[in-house]
Amino acid sequence: MLENISITIGTVNGSGSQSANVILQRAIFRMGVAVVGKNLFPSNIAGLPTWFIIRANTKGYSSIEPKSDIVVALNPQTANEDLQHLKPHGLYIYNSSVKLTRPIPEGCTAVSIDFTKLAGQVVESIKIKKLLTNMVYVGVLCEILGIPQDIINTTISDQFSGKDNVIDMNQKAVQSGREYARQIPELNTSKKLSPSDLNKNKILIDGNTAAALGSVFAGCTFASWYPITPSSSLAENFEMYAHCLLKDDNQKNKFAMVQAEDELSAVCMVAGAGWAGARAMTATSGPGISLMSEAAGLMYFAEIPGVIWNVQRAGPSTGLPTRTMQGDILSTSQLSHGDTRHVMLFPASPCECFDFATRAFNLAEELQTLVFVLSDLDLGMNHWTCKDLNYPTEPIRRGKILNKEALDKVSEFRRYADVDGDGIPYRTLPGTEHPHAGYFTRGTGHNDAAKYSEDPTTFEKLLDRLNKKWNTAKTMVPAPDIDKRTDKVGLVTYGSTHSMIAELRDKLAAQNVECSTLRIKAYPFTEEVRQFIDGHEKIFVLEQNRDGQMLKLLAMEYPYLAGKMKSVLKYDGWPVRAESFVEGVLHGNH
Amino acid sequence: METTKTASPTTNQLGYARNDYVGAKSTLCSGCGHDSITNNLISALFQSSVNPYQVAKMSGIGCSSKTTAYFLEKSHGFNSIHGRMAPIATGAYAVNSQLLSIGVSGDGDTASIGMGGFVHLVRRNVPIVYIIENNGVYGLTKGQFSATADEGSTLKSGEINHFHSIDLCALAIELGCGFVARSFSGDAKQLVPLLRAAFEHNGTAIIDVLSPCITFANHEGSTRSYDATKEHNFPLHELGFVSAKEEIHVDYEEGTVLPVTLHDGSILNLKKIDGREHDPRDAKKALDLLYTSRHKQEFVTGLLYFNPDVTEFKQALELTEKPLSHLPTEGLRPSKEELSKINATFK
Repeated sequence: MLENISITIGTVNGSGSQSANVILQRAIFRMGVAVVGKNLFPSNIAGLPTWFIIRANTKGYSSIEPKSDIVVALNPQTANEDLQHLKPHGLYIYNSSVKLTRPIPEGCTAVSIDFTKLAGQVVESIKIKKLLTNMVYVGVLCEILGIPQDIINTTISDQFSGKDNVIDMNQKAVQSGREYARQIPELNTSKKLSPSDLNKNKILIDGNTAAALGSVFAGCTFASWYPITPSSSLAENFEMYAHCLLKDDNQKNKFAMVQAEDELSAVCMVAGAGWAGARAMTATSGPGISLMSEAAGLMYFAEIPGVIWNVQRAGPSTGLPTRTMQGDILSTSQLSHGDTRHVMLFPASPCECFDFATRAFNLAEELQTLVFVLSDLDLGMNHWTCKDLNYPTEPIRRGKILNKEALDKVSEFRRYADVDGDGIPYRTLPGTEHPHAGYFTRGTGHNDAAKYSEDPTTFEKLLDRLNKKWNTAKTMVPAPDIDKRTDKVGLVTYGSTHSMIAELRDKLAAQNVECSTLRIKAYPFTEEVRQFIDGHEKIFVLEQNRDGQMLKLLAMEYPYLAGKMKSVLKYDGWPVRAESFVEGVLHGNH
Repeated sequence: METTKTASPTTNQLGYARNDYVGAKSTLCSGCGHDSITNNLISALFQSSVNPYQVAKMSGIGCSSKTTAYFLEKSHGFNSIHGRMAPIATGAYAVNSQLLSIGVSGDGDTASIGMGGFVHLVRRNVPIVYIIENNGVYGLTKGQFSATADEGSTLKSGEINHFHSIDLCALAIELGCGFVARSFSGDAKQLVPLLRAAFEHNGTAIIDVLSPCITFANHEGSTRSYDATKEHNFPLHELGFVSAKEEIHVDYEEGTVLPVTLHDGSILNLKKIDGREHDPRDAKKALDLLYTSRHKQEFVTGLLYFNPDVTEFKQALELTEKPLSHLPTEGLRPSKEELSKINATFK
């Protein structure tokens, strides 16, 4: 049985290869094989190099490998460089139009195929032929990997549902590639995948779609956004699903979606909607986060609920808009001036993007603050094999809202009074018909009755109460996932970095380094995080940024534990690979 | 400070006295034009029997934005951040369109830092009574020029403004706004009916109110001093507001009055002054008037442009009747069956 295989497909962006790659990945998934697919695309619409990396693995490793068993080189611009992606004894399949200037590495096999000619057997139109070329390589790979024709056929018909002509042409193109491959002895390898029923309760989904669905099921009724890669598909999917799921009997919308003029406005609309009483969110990435800074401080200080999805990309500045990074940990945690601090959640799979939506909206309303969910491009835009989306068990909790009837029972209402001693005040919604309901929201200094105040004691008291609320938050956010195996070495991860942890731990074990692991799910950190760090001799914090941002946050929280923590970092914009962290941990463990 | 007394009963249709519409004591400079606007606003709210519990007072940052604390003590207010009143009001309106949104901003807050949000709010036709308390200077930071300062106007220091001023009314007309007015803070007879009409407009209502800053722009050389504003104020009509609720019948001579019918059936009567001709239903003429008056250094005031047939934001969003903010929690989450169907699409 084939335990592990990686495939790299090099194409030109805008050539239609994306849908071919998604079909191939889904067909493998439907065979019951755990499969990851990473789309390495340029910040461009057409003509630049793009790669798709697929990995199927029976151990469930969910990150990619640095090199591939099979490389399909369709892009003449990169075909020669793509030879580097080959593992020893790898198979290199290239378009016959490619002029190879480099030698095929020793031990590897190279096969040239005229994909255009094979596509030409299906259709005459030059434009369609170009698109179908992609389905021909899918056919070739289907033959090599042993993907049954009925599985690939139904995957195609599902993808192009309702377009019979398109389905027919695509299926024929796959068939043509498959039949051609069957006749080439070099392609008749032992790289056949074994079908199973392991994916019965699983789905293949990207994090942004899961986050969008999660938000719908979390009761979010307002979303504003400004288009930005890699978060746009989150907002677009929210709108699409809201149109399906949130209609009244007259087909009117039980949600509002506004495409804002910029991120300044996007976040302010969330502030307005949250203040007025709806569950409101926006989705953005680094440059948008920077623009949202001032309003984030307002929402923290005036205690207005809202959710921001930060689908991180490689920065600083415009950076690499289509590459991934965990580079906004520090800036998001304290986004805005003054003593501002924000609750952050770190989903590590699309499933968790779905689950954390309800958690985020509940925390935002219960704590009356802004909650950030930090996803990233890898998590948000690539397709992951994960568990079925679970119907939320957590009810929708709106927090401390006083309606008319509740106000009737109290002698007074002071918006920012700490009635319960947990730092969380009560709020009323505009439109409440009660003489005590109204209050004046402001970003300026205020007393507990929301009146303007410059009094020094009042101001300190206000900041201290917000801090008390922060401490309450520590008891409400999700606790980390811990796998304790030793008291010597502990690995700390979060978000998409965690996808390589099983493989990394196996690799380290092979070098006789046994590790415990902890996955952070939220900031502020819960007590379990401190205990884990305290309970190990050495702690490695693995992240996708240059500055070891999570380690710095941990060190700020636990300065007396800072000395035992070391960073192991990778920040090249590519999806995380276990290999990148092995050396760092081994070296640091000396 | 000028106050408007009405001859009508001491309580309105909701049983509220005028005093029920006041707020905290103003902390602005004594004699500030903004306080006159606040007073006129209180009169308008009282006269129109506005329900204080169904109002959202919105503002940004600046002297003008502070004034939302000085009226409607019982209402919810949101004094936000500099230049962001427009998007915050947009979000609030989208989730609760039953609230009467009253926004007070300034020329700095709107025409400079908040310009992006302003133009897009107008473009979306978000229903809000958007009052710009316009004095041509930044008051709270002690008297710098704003973007609405007239070219050639001077600061107290003698510094001359070399830049073209932004006419927010002309801009609003260009952006498709259906209710565009200009007024003078001290002209209660004009401002109160304009405000009352704006309350009933189904869309963005822009009222640019010339409001002299008596501390930083009341000197010789400032085109916005109280005297200069009064001298160059050129009212287009005499205004009379007739509420649909009150069913008051007014007699007027044929051809002397142009009645403008508002969304709820109320009427704003525009009575000709000295044979001046301005039909506010014609956008081209309104723009032409603003262009000409700028060159004559006149402030034309009154209802500049009116068009009730602009698609309102709520219609564009195809919103359900009940405010999103008041949808019952139980109904917010789609069913388990829906999620099962969705899972199946990712197999």
